[in-house]
Amino acid sequence: MFYREAGDFKTSYKDDNQTFPIRLDRAGYWVALAVAFLIVPFMVNDYWVNAIFAPFFIYAIAALGLNILTGYAGQVSLGTGGFMAVGAYACYKLMVAFPEVNIVFHVLISGGITAVVGVAFGLPSLRIKGFYLAVATLASQFFLVWLFNKVPWFYNYSASGQINAPERSVFGVVVTGPHTEAWAKYLICLIFLVALAWIARNLTRGMMGRKWMGIRDMDIAAEIIGVNPLMAKMTAFAASSFFVGVAGALFFSVYLGAAEAGESFGITKSFLILFMIIIGGLGSIFGSFAGAAFMVLMPVLLKNVLVGMMGWPTDLAAHLEFMIVGGLIVFFLIVEPHGLAQLWRLTKDKLRLWPFPH
Amino acid sequence: MSEQLLFAAEVTLNGLMAGVLYALVALGFVLIFKASGIFNYAQGVMALFAAMTLVGIQQGQIPFSHLINAIFGTEIHHFPWHVPSIIAIIAAAGVMVGFAWIVERYILKHLVGQPDIILFMATIGLAYFMEGFGDMMWGSELKTLDVGLPQGLNETVLNVTDKLFGYGFFIDNLDIVAAVVASLLVAALTIFSQYSKQGRALRAVADDHSAALSVGISLRFIWVLVWSIAGFVALVAGIMWGAKSGVQFSLSLIALKALPVLMLGGFTSIPGAIIGGLIIGVGEQLFEFAIGPLIGGATQNWFAYVLALIFLVFRPQGLFGEKIIERV
Repeated sequence: MFYREAGDFKTSYKDDNQTFPIRLDRAGYWVALAVAFLIVPFMVNDYWVNAIFAPFFIYAIAALGLNILTGYAGQVSLGTGGFMAVGAYACYKLMVAFPEVNIVFHVLISGGITAVVGVAFGLPSLRIKGFYLAVATLASQFFLVWLFNKVPWFYNYSASGQINAPERSVFGVVVTGPHTEAWAKYLICLIFLVALAWIARNLTRGMMGRKWMGIRDMDIAAEIIGVNPLMAKMTAFAASSFFVGVAGALFFSVYLGAAEAGESFGITKSFLILFMIIIGGLGSIFGSFAGAAFMVLMPVLLKNVLVGMMGWPTDLAAHLEFMIVGGLIVFFLIVEPHGLAQLWRLTKDKLRLWPFPH
Repeated sequence: MSEQLLFAAEVTLNGLMAGVLYALVALGFVLIFKASGIFNYAQGVMALFAAMTLVGIQQGQIPFSHLINAIFGTEIHHFPWHVPSIIAIIAAAGVMVGFAWIVERYILKHLVGQPDIILFMATIGLAYFMEGFGDMMWGSELKTLDVGLPQGLNETVLNVTDKLFGYGFFIDNLDIVAAVVASLLVAALTIFSQYSKQGRALRAVADDHSAALSVGISLRFIWVLVWSIAGFVALVAGIMWGAKSGVQFSLSLIALKALPVLMLGGFTSIPGAIIGGLIIGVGEQLFEFAIGPLIGGATQNWFAYVLALIFLVFRPQGLFGEKIIERV
């Protein structure tokens, strides 16, 4: 009744091509942004930011990155954790080497460095396809983590082998280090997320995105109609790694504050982000958000219910969490292989007709 | 012979033995991949689960005792009996068959015809589920597995090599047993798939699903069968690894090690899995021995993957895999 396209006349190509063609969607988008930027920062405290918002925003960035590679370009990667580690260690080295430069630039440059590394590890994708590629990306995961553990230069020869984020500020507001205010942490992650999501959305609906999807759907056919597979795959790896690198840099500098490669960026992280995009929906920007939110919220919720309310031991709750995550993945793949994003699409289609049956 | 060379020979031999164990896990992957085109990520967790079940049955642990204790506030842990190894092994094999049936009934049946990548991800979900389920059923602490396999240094090898070269080779008895069991298993599987009716059906399904269906082979039965066999292989691998390093979570990570083995050997080839396993086992030991100390050690973590990666760039289908033909 309220959610419909009738009466919303488009008089120019620009109107016709906009991201949210339906008026209510547009309004919802602006309201969500306004709430996120103008209201929530005044209400959050440390617990909410550290347990929910910061991990959600950062994982959403990483999920966007992996979704570009896996969902749009069809190249399955199990090396996300390794690439996040590249972003984190690059950011650390830059922060220590150039203290006077703004942290925002450090994070972006870390993304750029990760993109270069990603392209290097993506090169075999030209020859190796499907499962073979998925396993080949494991090489990057294990090799990179090993590298950051074993070469002391990366962690500046610190005795613990850890990297610690020094205190840095943006426009006079401290955003890294132990003295960060909750709202500053929240806002810096949110700004990166919104900017990157905007870029991802426009990349994937433009020429680049169409090339990626062509490669995903059938690479030989795409090549025949004039898509250069080398360029398409490499740009997908570069864009994806850039996002993942930024996520890794933020994860280390803003969220964790201290990190160790094997522990923070291990193989489990790769799988976690892969699950986010499966549950959220492959090849969907909204899906990346939904999946990240789901995978961040579910453990918090389970822990609160099982440990907090029912008094179960934590290890038992952790086992149950494994079972639920695994069960849900299988369940989603069986019932709705396109994830939460597809459920949302179906809901919107229903809403358009409501309250009329046809 | 020089000291260095003898030492390298010993490292190689130990690498071969470790390779046999990798090959055991890889074998389970190949079986399922050939018969159903599913890349079964859960194979390693199956090995872990099988080993846990075996220990649990053997020691008379009560399943889900932690859960029951948490909900009802009771204090139960063990049945008052110990089960002999052989019966426990049979029971564990039975559990794996039941597991195969459940997987087919509740997961695979619903996913027929989906793209391969969806099936792969479903097995990742399955792996997570089983990990949590196994821990919940039997508890997550480190368990020792003892089914009476010989362990420790092999005296004969030590003495013989000492006489021959003046340098005794250190080889674990367990590794020798593992090598023998692995070869027996491969021989049994080969005989089964070549000469039995079910084995022929299995090969037919591997060749062409629809053609096999059209001559009256039940796909669903074959899938249960092949998952049961893979479960049994997982049990054997679980026993070997469990006896070597204890039954614990890291056991499921050896499955990841089996992946480069598969890539090297080719996903569809049983001899490939064996030879790939041996190459990886020897390669990573020798690399760690020769180059590891120069670059910081612990190269086993990644050597296998990088080797497989470089190898695949030159031969994308692996050593013995079927040539990949792509058409529009």
